[in-house]
Amino acid sequence: MHFLKLILRNTLRHKLRTSLTVLGLVVAILAFGLLRTVVDAWYSGAEGASSTRLVTRNAISLVFPLPINYQERIRRIHGVTAITHASWFGGVYIAPRNFFPQFAVDAKTYFHLYPEYFIPPAEMKAFLTDRKGCVIGRKLANTHGFKIGDTIPLRGTIYPGAWSFTVRAIYDGDAGTDTSQFFFHWNYLNETMKKVVARRTDWIGVYVIGISDPDRAAEISTEVDAMFKNSLAETLTETEKAFQLGFVSMTEAIVVAIRIVSFLVIFIILAVMANTMAMTARERIGEYATLKALGFGPRFLAGLIYGESLAIALTGAGIGILLTFPVADEFSKQVGTLFPVFGVSLETVYMQAAAAIAVGITAAALPAFRAARVPIVDGLRSIG
Amino acid sequence: MEDFTEPIVQIRQLTKSYRRGGQIISVLTNISFDINSGEFIALMGPSGSGKSTLLNLIAGIDKPDSGSLKVNGRDIATLSEADLADWRAANVGFIFQFYNLMPVLTAFENVELPLLLTRLSRDQRQERVELALSMVGLTDRVEHYPSELSGGQQQRVAIARAFITDPVILVADEPTGDLDRASADDILAMLQRLNREMGKTIIMVTHDPYAAKSAHSIRHLEKGELDVTNQ
Ligand SMILES: Nc1ncnc2c1ncn2[C@@H]1O[C@H](COP(=O)(O)OP(=O)(O)O)[C@@H](O)[C@H]1O
Ligand SMILES: [Mg+2]
Repeated sequence: MHFLKLILRNTLRHKLRTSLTVLGLVVAILAFGLLRTVVDAWYSGAEGASSTRLVTRNAISLVFPLPINYQERIRRIHGVTAITHASWFGGVYIAPRNFFPQFAVDAKTYFHLYPEYFIPPAEMKAFLTDRKGCVIGRKLANTHGFKIGDTIPLRGTIYPGAWSFTVRAIYDGDAGTDTSQFFFHWNYLNETMKKVVARRTDWIGVYVIGISDPDRAAEISTEVDAMFKNSLAETLTETEKAFQLGFVSMTEAIVVAIRIVSFLVIFIILAVMANTMAMTARERIGEYATLKALGFGPRFLAGLIYGESLAIALTGAGIGILLTFPVADEFSKQVGTLFPVFGVSLETVYMQAAAAIAVGITAAALPAFRAARVPIVDGLRSIG
Repeated sequence: MEDFTEPIVQIRQLTKSYRRGGQIISVLTNISFDINSGEFIALMGPSGSGKSTLLNLIAGIDKPDSGSLKVNGRDIATLSEADLADWRAANVGFIFQFYNLMPVLTAFENVELPLLLTRLSRDQRQERVELALSMVGLTDRVEHYPSELSGGQQQRVAIARAFITDPVILVADEPTGDLDRASADDILAMLQRLNREMGKTIIMVTHDPYAAKSAHSIRHLEKGELDVTNQ
C-alpha cells in the first residue's frame, strides 16, 4: 500500500517531465500499432485465402494471360470440382487515387467459388442478365456512395477506351473479407475487344480452381502444370494463399522497411524513457540512501524505480492503444480502398502492450541497479 | 552521574581509510573508546577530521577497514549487508543535518516509514506515530509535506522518525547545522529530553561548541585521533 503510494507520488513529482514522457510513449505506441496494422493489411489477402482454391497463372509472369480454352481441359482433371477465371482490368475511376481492384470474371461460375461473398439472390439474377452490369463490394459502395442502378464510368488502361457499368449487385462479407472489389462480365470485355483488337480476344488472366480435398492441392497443381508443359502458354498453379503471398512479396521491401521503422520507433522511446529514469534516479540518490539507512533493502529501492518506470510506460501505452482504434479508422477512411481489410488486430494490441512493458523494464534496469548498489555514505553525501 | 556498567558502544583499534583516485586517504587510525548506555556525547573536531566517518561506522552504514565495533553486544563490523540493514532498522535512529525526509510523504507518513519494517498493525502504527508527533509538538502538522514545514519543524519530524522504533542509539550528524539559533535550541532541548526522560543513548556530531554543551561529554577528533575531554 505504502509502496504503491510512494510510486504514484514519485511519478507525479515532476508533472511536466512525466507528461512529456507519457506523450512520447503515446505517440510511439500509436505509431507502432498503426505501422503493424499496415503490415497486417498488406498480408490480409493471403490470410483470408482459401485452402480449397488453386490459382493457375501464366508461368512466365502474372502479367501474361492464358488462353480461354484451357478451362475445359483443367475441369476434367480428377479432384477438380469447379473452375472459373478472372482478368485484371485496371481501369481508372475519375482519378488514379480512387484505386480499387476490378476483375472481368466468368459471371456464371465465379461466385460459386467465392461463397464468402454474400449476394442477395435477386441482385445476383439482375447481374447475370445485364451484360454491362457489375457486382461491387460493400466497402467500395460506401466509399463512393454507389447504389444499385448507378452507372460507374471507368477509363481503360490495359483495355483502352471509356467503359461504363451499371451496379446490379452489392456483396457483403465478414471482417476478413475484401469488400472493395469490382466484378463484371468477362464476356462483355471479350466481345468488345473482338471489335477493337481481334488478337486480344479469348485470353484470361488467371484460372481459379476449386478442389474437394486440400491435401491434394500439390498433386493437382502439378497435374495442371504438366498438362500445359511445352504448350504456347505454360502454367504455374499454386494455392490461393501462395499466390497472394507471391503478389505481396513484390512489395516485400516496403513491408520490411515499415517493420524496421516500427521497431525503431520503440527503440527511440526506450532511449527517451531510459534517460528520464536515469535523471530521476540520479536526483533521488540521497533519498534512496536515506531509505537504505533506515533499513530498507535494495529490492525495495529497485521496486520503486521499476514501479515508476512501468507506471509511466503503461499509462502511455494505455492511451496509445486506445487511440490506435480511432486513428486507424480515420487512416482507413483516408486511404479508401487501397487497403481492403484494415483493422487493428488483437495481436497488435498485445504487441503494443508487450513493447511498453519491455520499455518500462529496460529503462529502469540500470538506474535500479545503480540505486541498489550505491554505498549509503556516498548517497548521503549528495544531500546538502 | 549515574553508574554505567555495560558500555553500549565498544570501539577497539578502529581504522578507516578511503580510496580516492589512486590515493588512499587515512581518515581514522586506531580509534578506541566506549560509550555508556544512556550517555549523550558530542563528537567535535575541525571539518574533515573524520567525525561523520566515525558516526557512520557506529551507525552501521559504513564498514571499517580493521578493528572491532561492538554495539549493544554485537560486533557489527562482521555483519553482512542484509543483516546490517535489519540491525539498523532495529537499533539505530538517524538524525541528519538536512533532515532527509521523503518529500512525497507527509509528516505522518515520514514518521511511520521505519515502522513499515516492523510487524506492527496499521492501528498500532497510527497510535505510535501520533504519540511521537505530539512529543515533538507537531500534532497540528500531521498532514503537512516537508516543503510546507520550516527547517526546525522538519528536523522535529526527523527526530520523531528517529525514535519511533525505540532504537538503542540515536546518531545525529550536525543536527543543528542548518538551523537558526532558536530552532537549534529547540532541537537540542528535544534531544536532551529524549536522553533524560527516555534514557536514549545519543551520539551527536557537531562543530558548534554551543551545541556541544547540551551533551554530557565531548570527544574531540583531531586528524583521525581522539582526545577525551570530560565536561
Ligand atoms: N566516501 C568518501 N570517499 C572519499 N573520501 C571520503 C569519503 N567520506 C569522507 N571522506 C574523506 O574523509 C575525511 C573525513 O570526512 P568526514 O568524516 O566527513 O569529516 P567530518 O565529518 O569531520 O567533516 C575527509 O577528508 C573526506 O574528504
Ligand atoms: Mg561531517
